[in-house]
Amino acid sequence: MIELLGISPQALFGQLFLGLINGAFYAILSLGLAVIFGLLNVINFTHGVQYMMGAFGAWMALEYLGIPFWGALVLSPILVGLVGMVFERTLLKRLYHLDHLYGLLLTFGLALIVEGLFRRQYGSSGLPYDNPLPGGANLGFMFLPYYRAFVVVVSLVVCLLTWFVVERTKLGSYLRAATERADLVQAFGVDVPRMVTLTYGFGAALAAFAGVLAAPVYQVSPTMGSNLIIVVFAVVVIGGMGSIMGAIVTGFGLGVVEGLTKVFYPEASSTVIFVVMAIVLMLKPAGLFGTAK
Amino acid sequence: MMNSSSSTMPVATSPIAARSRTVPWIAAISIAVLAALPLVVYPIFLMKLMCFALFACAFNLMLGYTGLLSFGHAMFFGGSAYVCAYTAKVLGFTPELGVLAGTAFAAVLGLIAGLLAIRRQGIYFAMVTLALAQMFFFFCLQAKFTGGEDGLQAVPRRDLFGMIDMSRDEHLYYFVLGVFLFGFFVIYRTIHSPFGQVLKAVRENEQRAISLGYHANRYKLLAFVLSAALTGLAGSTKVLVFQLASLTDVAWQMSGEVVLMTLVGGMGTVFGPVVGAALIVTLENYLAGLGEWLLVIQGAIFVVAVSLFRQGLVGEIAATARRYTSKKLSV
Repeated sequence: MIELLGISPQALFGQLFLGLINGAFYAILSLGLAVIFGLLNVINFTHGVQYMMGAFGAWMALEYLGIPFWGALVLSPILVGLVGMVFERTLLKRLYHLDHLYGLLLTFGLALIVEGLFRRQYGSSGLPYDNPLPGGANLGFMFLPYYRAFVVVVSLVVCLLTWFVVERTKLGSYLRAATERADLVQAFGVDVPRMVTLTYGFGAALAAFAGVLAAPVYQVSPTMGSNLIIVVFAVVVIGGMGSIMGAIVTGFGLGVVEGLTKVFYPEASSTVIFVVMAIVLMLKPAGLFGTAK
Repeated sequence: MMNSSSSTMPVATSPIAARSRTVPWIAAISIAVLAALPLVVYPIFLMKLMCFALFACAFNLMLGYTGLLSFGHAMFFGGSAYVCAYTAKVLGFTPELGVLAGTAFAAVLGLIAGLLAIRRQGIYFAMVTLALAQMFFFFCLQAKFTGGEDGLQAVPRRDLFGMIDMSRDEHLYYFVLGVFLFGFFVIYRTIHSPFGQVLKAVRENEQRAISLGYHANRYKLLAFVLSAALTGLAGSTKVLVFQLASLTDVAWQMSGEVVLMTLVGGMGTVFGPVVGAALIVTLENYLAGLGEWLLVIQGAIFVVAVSLFRQGLVGEIAATARRYTSKKLSV
């Protein structure tokens, strides 16, 4: 039936799979945004840049230090997370008592600085990063590259792990409690400021992790983050930031929708997520998994 | 609202009385200076400055007076620029008609975007507007009539009303000055009207404004459309000055730039955006050769402004002046 539409199953499943990969990045990034927003009340505009820094971390580790992909997959997120924590402690922390807008503007400013520095150093065009897991399996209806399968699986694992930690562990219950009433949690003897810093670091590390995963799929470029973060904002508006599972489902789902659009109506592939956002705003303004306040 | 204003009454009355006397004088002097300025300063630079000042003032109507951060005003600025350029270049519109078409387009776009965006508050509003603007950016990138990556170049400056030669910069300067003063006057009147008072009430406490019987969403939407239309006025006038409409005008960086101008000058102040636009445009002119450093510097200004002087230049000066006068009154 698919062939009747004039579309080869190879192309269809190929795009679907690429959509899943994009969806994995959307899921990881919107997850980080949601966790940070929950506790800090800040929309982290730096998130895209942290994703980019993760990818560059992997590239630099290979180029200057000879550290292979697998090492960078661990190192780069830790480094970016640490940088994020320094930023939170020195600048972001001063704005918590103010309107949320200031946090957005501060992180936007920081994103411009970092992107500008990287663009100056490395130019706007992309740098290639070798596929650490070449080859693939022929499944009959499609060719499955090993690395892409790895990205989808590992992203899913990371997302579900995050969900488990936040929703099912003691640490997560502190986090959720602090999201509701930070002052009370503090009164019970939990070091909330430290938790806030660690949460921001974790969110930044998640973004960097996605960046490292993205490096072999896309080229490493200074602008890769700013383009992505706007789409992720739309994803967040669609899903609502109330639920972790919601962020995961929305992220993967929209990635698939985008992939399908690339097959059937490629002209709209760059705008389809925004169109979905507009429709969701009309039908369910609080977002698919959001709660109306 | 009532409590706070009545408690500051003794301080507030005298400046207001003084303002009603001084405002016409300040206005007259400023207009005279602006009219004479092209004799000493490069007129193209001045016109660019006025376009961005109007853009920032229109944006400030949302951020400063309605309390809504729109991160998508580039779609109105760039969209109107494309419409003005297209009508002038392809359809042969005269400048005043081109500007009108651009402004009308921005108003309609503002109505559509506004209807969607005001369904969410606060931080979500910023994200929705940013996403809508990005969607519009991709539309402009792909649409035929925008010229894609090239944009619309060499837009002719036809005769104003079919009579006045606009190809001379001196003539165009006074047209742009007129547009700027008109836009600024509309914004000034809006802020100081009962409508503007309601906007400020919504900004301070939306729930209370609603409970007092105001349809907050209607006010927000109207403010958004007005802001979009005036942004369109600025965007289409800019086309006449540079004879160019391009993707730069609709890109998200443009939305960020106008936020920066308003923040640096002082959001919620009448002259803040003008001062902010003047500063940023001048800075960009001097640093144009530095390339990517410009982005870094813009970011640094953001960080410094948000961390150290959140009220902006004009806001901080006004606050200092208020402290000074209240000290004098209390002594």
